[in-house]
Amino acid sequence: MAEGRVVGIDLGTTNSLVAYMQGDAPVVIPGVDGSNLVPSVVALDPITAGGGRPTVTVGNTARKALIETPERVIYSVKRLMGRDLKEIQDELKLFPFRLAEDVEPGEVPRIRLGELKFTPPEISAYILRQLKRNAERFFGAPVTQAVITVPAYFNDAQRQATKDAGRMAGLEVLRLVNEPTAAALAYGLDRAKVGTIAVYDLGGGTFDISILKLRDGIFEVQSTNGDTHLGGDDIDNLLLTIALDEIHAEHGVDLRGRPGAVQGLRRAAIDAKIELSTEPIAHFDIELPNGDRYQREIPRAVFELLIEPVLERTAGPCKRALTDAGVTPEQIDEVVLVGGSTRIPAVRQLVDDLFHLKARGKKPHIELNPDEVVALGAAVQADILAGASKSTEAMLLLDVTPLSLGIEALGGTVARIIQRNSTIPASATEHFTTGVDGQTNVAIHVVQGERELAADCRSLARFDLRGIPPMSAGLPRIEVHFLIDADGILQVTAREQRSGLAAKIEVKPTYGLTDEQVESMILDSFDHAEEDFAKRLLIEARNEAETILAAVERAPGSPAWKQLTGEEQAAISAARGRLAAIKLGEDAAAIRDATLALDQATRRFAELMMEAAVTTAIRGKTMDAAGEDMGEAVTAPHAMAPAEFK
Amino acid sequence: MLKVLDSAVPIPCWSCSIGHNDSTLFCPHCSKIQPPPGGNYFSVFGLEPRLNLDLPALEHEFHRLSRKVHPDRFARAGENERQWSLADTALLNDAYRTLKDPLHRTEYLLKLEGAEIGEEFAAPAGRGAENGKDRKDPSRVPADLLEEVFELNMQLEEMRMARKMGEEDPALQASLEQAKRKFDGLLVEVDQNLHIEWQAWDEGDAAARKRAQKTMLALLDRRRYLSNLVRDVTETLGA
Repeated sequence: MAEGRVVGIDLGTTNSLVAYMQGDAPVVIPGVDGSNLVPSVVALDPITAGGGRPTVTVGNTARKALIETPERVIYSVKRLMGRDLKEIQDELKLFPFRLAEDVEPGEVPRIRLGELKFTPPEISAYILRQLKRNAERFFGAPVTQAVITVPAYFNDAQRQATKDAGRMAGLEVLRLVNEPTAAALAYGLDRAKVGTIAVYDLGGGTFDISILKLRDGIFEVQSTNGDTHLGGDDIDNLLLTIALDEIHAEHGVDLRGRPGAVQGLRRAAIDAKIELSTEPIAHFDIELPNGDRYQREIPRAVFELLIEPVLERTAGPCKRALTDAGVTPEQIDEVVLVGGSTRIPAVRQLVDDLFHLKARGKKPHIELNPDEVVALGAAVQADILAGASKSTEAMLLLDVTPLSLGIEALGGTVARIIQRNSTIPASATEHFTTGVDGQTNVAIHVVQGERELAADCRSLARFDLRGIPPMSAGLPRIEVHFLIDADGILQVTAREQRSGLAAKIEVKPTYGLTDEQVESMILDSFDHAEEDFAKRLLIEARNEAETILAAVERAPGSPAWKQLTGEEQAAISAARGRLAAIKLGEDAAAIRDATLALDQATRRFAELMMEAAVTTAIRGKTMDAAGEDMGEAVTAPHAMAPAEFK
Repeated sequence: MLKVLDSAVPIPCWSCSIGHNDSTLFCPHCSKIQPPPGGNYFSVFGLEPRLNLDLPALEHEFHRLSRKVHPDRFARAGENERQWSLADTALLNDAYRTLKDPLHRTEYLLKLEGAEIGEEFAAPAGRGAENGKDRKDPSRVPADLLEEVFELNMQLEEMRMARKMGEEDPALQASLEQAKRKFDGLLVEVDQNLHIEWQAWDEGDAAARKRAQKTMLALLDRRRYLSNLVRDVTETLGA
């Protein structure tokens, strides 16, 4: 093949895989360690004393670092993809990551990883690059094109962020495929089936349900629904919370605040969960820092009672998907189970109840490994796109958009222009005019979601139609064409019809990276070249220096300043002068040291400020100060220790 | 039964330069994909505008065209062909979605014939929110239903109040369920009448078509009104 292979990638919350079509069957490509699954974990190795550059590791090796150096490791980053600051702050209540302090509203948030900061797409790009390398090692040839799967219920921003990650990893993303649809492809490959199937996909962090009609190789999605915040992680957190609470109550040891210990406990919770899929009882047996042992039995019945509320949340989306597809449970011929969490017997029972399977003498499909089936399906779709294979030439996937597209109308209501579950690509043409004589701009706000008010929907983009020829109000007729492409991503074009002029459009995505930003984040640009990496360290060290210098600049204006002794004031001035001089240099480590020194010198000043205005000081200081309160909340379902760094 | 429309002015194919009619997704000579054609949703499927459609045949044609035009078939094609595939498939999908649904199909055909349906808008920076407000506007209530609708709205209000107070009112419940059955029945009646008009439009001459269009517009208004009403009752009962 002249253009090289197209691989299929399942970029999962917990694990990621890469697969390809070997003849007429899709197979998963193993990594160097022989494992098919690459844990979606990214770690930054500690910077060595000799000043060598820190390297990024991905997968099993990164996972090992979770316990030793949890502040240099990120996992479940998929939950952060395409989300704004507010959403990420909510998310970080459940995960021990720290947001960079200097994120402006409207910017793509950055997460701290050791002394560096990364956007979620960059973290995902490291995972993708690892998969790319695994494939290249396997083929002995470069791999540049891929199909990547996303949860069916991912919105526009989440899809765009995934595509951006692909580009950063040096992959041309030929198509984003919905995970449940990919699973259906994997199952449908060897049979020319006719019928209606439901795919129930409960993964690590997301839940999807899709209803498809199969006919002569055409996989036509009828409806899809889901929850991008529901999965095995939630179950792990429930077990973890119980263990943390009991250890605190029974042994007087509060592990919250010790990220390494919490990670160890999380691992034990996951093991217990997995054990309970086959055993009637699982055991916790953990050595605590004070030498005690925390031992506990978890019978399956208790476990099932515990997770029932989580599982029950999948029922609503299933029912809505059936309604939208216009079918009853009895009309579903087959059910396919996808995602590691569908190994849980209680999940299988729920699926049986939802689709009346046992009563009809049916069983859900579990023949393909639920961890691998999505990647296998992605490989099938990759083969369809490559267009060179007999085994897939009759197959075609017709997918839908999971969420309605709308425009904010007067009064903040939403006027829907493309309904959810429309087959994609889908388009809509709308006409706009002016309300004031001579008006040359019209502002349009595009949202995604099912709620009545625009404020309750997801904001996709705001754009201005500019350069409208001045006319009387109501006379211009601007035709705006909205098109959702085969990846589920929106494109907009506009034209003024009376003058025949193409109206200029400036689409400002509400969230997400600009093209230039993505370009600057392409991994090779700073990963292959050591000086680029050093440059990045330097830039971030300088930014931190600027932040603290700016704060110290304002200090003499504060009442707390006058409470300092002359000596203290002099020490601060000296440290400030040193940092101001050093930050102009090229030595990132020296800048960091000087920043730290200034931070030390201003410690008492900061304390005085805190006393003076406790609330404002906390809000202004760091993100994790707010997070510390969360850790104590026993009632919170996901009480997790805030990360402790330094 | 699929007819091909011939355009008066042939358009040259970008690839083989041979002229073809402009309502085709593919050049009939060299089979290359063409930019989005003119015409309408019916002509995408090679159909004359009509209201009684053979839905299995439509689905079959939709699948046949999808196989040829879908972006999956052009993933590695040149930029132009990729863009045309995207635009053509969007058109095909929009057309199929509209035509397979009886109401959308009827509305679309009436719009093609010049009727103004639903929300054309001319708001300063967007559009007015017309959805749902027509039911509140008494002038839109079908004359024969005025009294019943008035009564029903009172009962709905009462029911919502009772629900809010956590009270049960079996008599009211029964009365609402009865009203729902009645309006459901009226909906069925409207649909039957629409089918009669479909026939009249498909087979009639110009004058008959004009008459059918007028009747269908009124029926669609009535239908929209009734289904909003039924939705309100269902929601209130189910709350």
